Amino acid sequence: MMTIDPVTLAIFLPLFGAVAAFVAPRAAALIGLGTLALTAAAVGLLARDVIATGAVIVPLGGWGAPLGIELRADGLSVAMLVLSVAVGFLVSLSALDALKGPANARQRQYFWPLWLLLLTGMNGVYLSSDIFNLYVMIEIIALAAVGLTVLTGTRAAVRAGLDYMYASILGALLFLMGVGFIYLQLGRLDFAGLMDAEPTGALFAAVALMLVGLALKTALFPLHFWLPAAHANATAPASALLSGLVVKAALYIVLRLSQYMPFPSESLLTLIGVMGAGAVIWGGIQALRAERLKLLVAWSTVTQIGLIFVAFARAGEAGLTESWKAAALLILAHGVAKAAMFLAVGRIKDEVGHDTIRDLDRAPVRPTLAQFTFALAAISLIGLPPSLGFIGKWSLMEGAMAAGYWHWIAVTMIGTLMSVAYFSRVFAGFLRFDRVRGTVAEHQGWAVADAAPLALAAMAIALGLMAAPILNFIEIGYPFGEAK
Amino acid sequence: MTDAPLLPLFILLTSLLVSPVLFALPEHAARLRTGINLGMATLKVALVAWLSLKVAQGVVYDLRFEMLPGLEFKLQADPLALLFIALSALLWLITTVYSVGYLERGPHRARFFGFFSLCVAATVGIAMAGNLFTFLIFYELLTLATYPLVIHRGNAESLRAGRIYLIYTLAGGLVLLLGTLALWVLAGTTDFVPGGVLDSVAAERPLAAQLLFVVLIGAVGVKAALVPFHAWLPIAMVAPAPVSALLHAVAVVKAGAFGIMRVVYEVFGIETAQALGMTAPLAALAGVTIIYGSLRAITQDDIKKRLAYSTVSQVSYITLGVALASPIAAVGALAHLIHQGLMKITMFMAAGNLAEGLGVKKVSQMDGVGRVMPGTMLAFTLAALAMIGLPPLAGFVSKWYLAQGGLDAGATWVIALLLGSSLLNALYFLPMLHRAWFRDSAEGAEMPGRPRIGWMLAAPPITTALLVLVAGGFANAPFSPLEWTRFVVAIEYQE
Repeated sequence: MMTIDPVTLAIFLPLFGAVAAFVAPRAAALIGLGTLALTAAAVGLLARDVIATGAVIVPLGGWGAPLGIELRADGLSVAMLVLSVAVGFLVSLSALDALKGPANARQRQYFWPLWLLLLTGMNGVYLSSDIFNLYVMIEIIALAAVGLTVLTGTRAAVRAGLDYMYASILGALLFLMGVGFIYLQLGRLDFAGLMDAEPTGALFAAVALMLVGLALKTALFPLHFWLPAAHANATAPASALLSGLVVKAALYIVLRLSQYMPFPSESLLTLIGVMGAGAVIWGGIQALRAERLKLLVAWSTVTQIGLIFVAFARAGEAGLTESWKAAALLILAHGVAKAAMFLAVGRIKDEVGHDTIRDLDRAPVRPTLAQFTFALAAISLIGLPPSLGFIGKWSLMEGAMAAGYWHWIAVTMIGTLMSVAYFSRVFAGFLRFDRVRGTVAEHQGWAVADAAPLALAAMAIALGLMAAPILNFIEIGYPFGEAK
Repeated sequence: MTDAPLLPLFILLTSLLVSPVLFALPEHAARLRTGINLGMATLKVALVAWLSLKVAQGVVYDLRFEMLPGLEFKLQADPLALLFIALSALLWLITTVYSVGYLERGPHRARFFGFFSLCVAATVGIAMAGNLFTFLIFYELLTLATYPLVIHRGNAESLRAGRIYLIYTLAGGLVLLLGTLALWVLAGTTDFVPGGVLDSVAAERPLAAQLLFVVLIGAVGVKAALVPFHAWLPIAMVAPAPVSALLHAVAVVKAGAFGIMRVVYEVFGIETAQALGMTAPLAALAGVTIIYGSLRAITQDDIKKRLAYSTVSQVSYITLGVALASPIAAVGALAHLIHQGLMKITMFMAAGNLAEGLGVKKVSQMDGVGRVMPGTMLAFTLAALAMIGLPPLAGFVSKWYLAQGGLDAGATWVIALLLGSSLLNALYFLPMLHRAWFRDSAEGAEMPGRPRIGWMLAAPPITTALLVLVAGGFANAPFSPLEWTRFVVAIEYQE
């Protein structure tokens, strides 16, 4: 017997929506927005339940773990659901504008089904409580995400999408191998079963396989090769979804699994931190060298993911519970701010006609509001107060300092300075006026289309003021283990 | 409980909320924009006056909410904060009038006034921050709000200056973040408390406390333009005159100087700082900065650059007064926070008028300008004489208390330093006055008739020059900067 509850709805509503949007392409946008509104309502109901009663567990088809599939929602998963639905809704609104016109008919036709399928996969990840289910969901995500990458149909996009697909398939395969080994070892796949397991060498190998697979999917340095091209060549709303939300799914799995593993050990954590540090520095260098705005923003995603992994590692094993919280804050902050930034960049590119950083100041038209949005998003990504990015960075550095891990503080500070340097390249283009002939039309390009990215960017700043309630919410149902 | 507990918040919001409105106004809605600007600036002065009255009556304001577990966003209105708020509210009003006149037909006015308001909001926030964490938030906001003002002209030169400004101030902000974190980890609080929060830490881990002192003072020292972190200030001179005036008198360098006060008095506590042996090196650094700034000022031909180096020197009087660890010197330091603001804003607005009215930007072009623009030059002269320390002008009062404080602290070298600095002040200001009043305009260079610069440009420097006169002449009147300063020092020294 199938019960109708918000947990199941959060996964199946977007799935039905995706099918409907595919079948009826003319009404796709309407179906998309409607589905998102309904999903948002389901997530809202779920949030209410979770606040009232703590973690919610739903056995699908009436069979509980370890035999059947169980869905579980706690504070962390609901926070991720809210992130994907809220950011997704605003991105969808701006997609209405970005994909309008007869030239984009084909893109429009495929955007909505793919995006709803993507939402299905992401919501599935956030509500899963066993690793096979996770595998299925990340495959769904990969399918939809690659589709969104190649949506424009340009050569560059198709090539980038192909790379993305290879990386994704390889990552999923590694993950699946890990899942298989764990099943052979333990005979069960639910999270609770993992927690009770004896840490053995074979289990460690299985977990390592899964982690490498996930690192590939979330583009952790040095496995990031596919990300910049894929995110830079997609259409703006797709880039916002890919950069803001999709990489977060794999990150979330790392966050979630690490609660249930008898690991990670100190050296594994250090390794993760070192890879994160590599991403921060290498991504920073590439962002400084990037010639196109979208590419710069894509490289900034690489550095931010690196920073999140530094947050995992920041205080070693002793401070792990707090480190997870810092990482969770950074995940939320990046999701909101990066979506805002990619949408703003899309608007700038539409108004100015190109996104070559060097020539931005030659444009006689300045889309002021989109530029302002970009700056606000950059404030959060750099980690300047009072944005959510700042709060995340504060938590990261606080733990590292208390533990005496000064190297992670140094990495964070270097990363911050580099992000100032590469973002100020863009600001200079916005604010320079002496290379443009004639009068510059400021205050042009004010459009309804700017509302969604601006709202996202404002959220990225304002959420920093609400960090304490957010943290309290995330901890509902003890996703980071019982309080010690 | 007080009758209007949210008063400090309202004062912050008068400029914070007006900023997005100004951004959204269309470029050509100049009258509406001016109306909003002046209206809010006047309202703010009124609110600050009300708040001062309340605080003088002993009302305590304390607004806080939790941002992270244990870590609060906290606004307070202690007498020290009020000193700074009063300065910024008053000078904001005057500078707004001046900016409206200065940018009358310039481009990007919506953007300019939006960031201008944001900048003042940040200053008020810095003043009212109840802990170092909140201070950090507004300190960074100030950096972000001033950057677009510095590069307002949008040419290659101003962008280069802006980049240097950004590198210095954001690096300073990052170091401040590090220091705030360290304070939080070491002391478990970042609150500003008279007498400091670090006495037990200083007793147990003196080295860590000393290091923290260096980090925090270094971080705020960037904005206070302490040598060797001063290089951005003369470069930032490419900004339009009202911005330079605001930067030098109220906003950026004062935020740095104010930060030094908060760190020394209310994070460490003057006794702890002295016990750690950190005040003497700070005083020495301030002394070096005073002399170095003056020496560099002498050789500058560009008027604004000369004024900028003079600021480097003059702002360090404040640091010096704090670091001497004597209550009398502290009175001088706090009074100078106000006095230097009044003097320097007068000079920058006068320099702006010279550039606008006559196109005079260099000292060597100043021959005979006094006869063409007597009002502006009179204001400039008054401020320059006050800077040199001529009694009974404002600058004399500060120097007098600083010198007395030096004697009180047993640092007789301060007397020599102040005399030397006054001599150097005279060396770079008097030639300007001499050229302006006693030389004929250069042969051949036709001086235009009296330029019409409009009352919005002419009145502000004269007003502030009069304030310089009043602040010095009536230094002992109730609610004068000096009197208020004594009130503050009694608190900081816990007398």
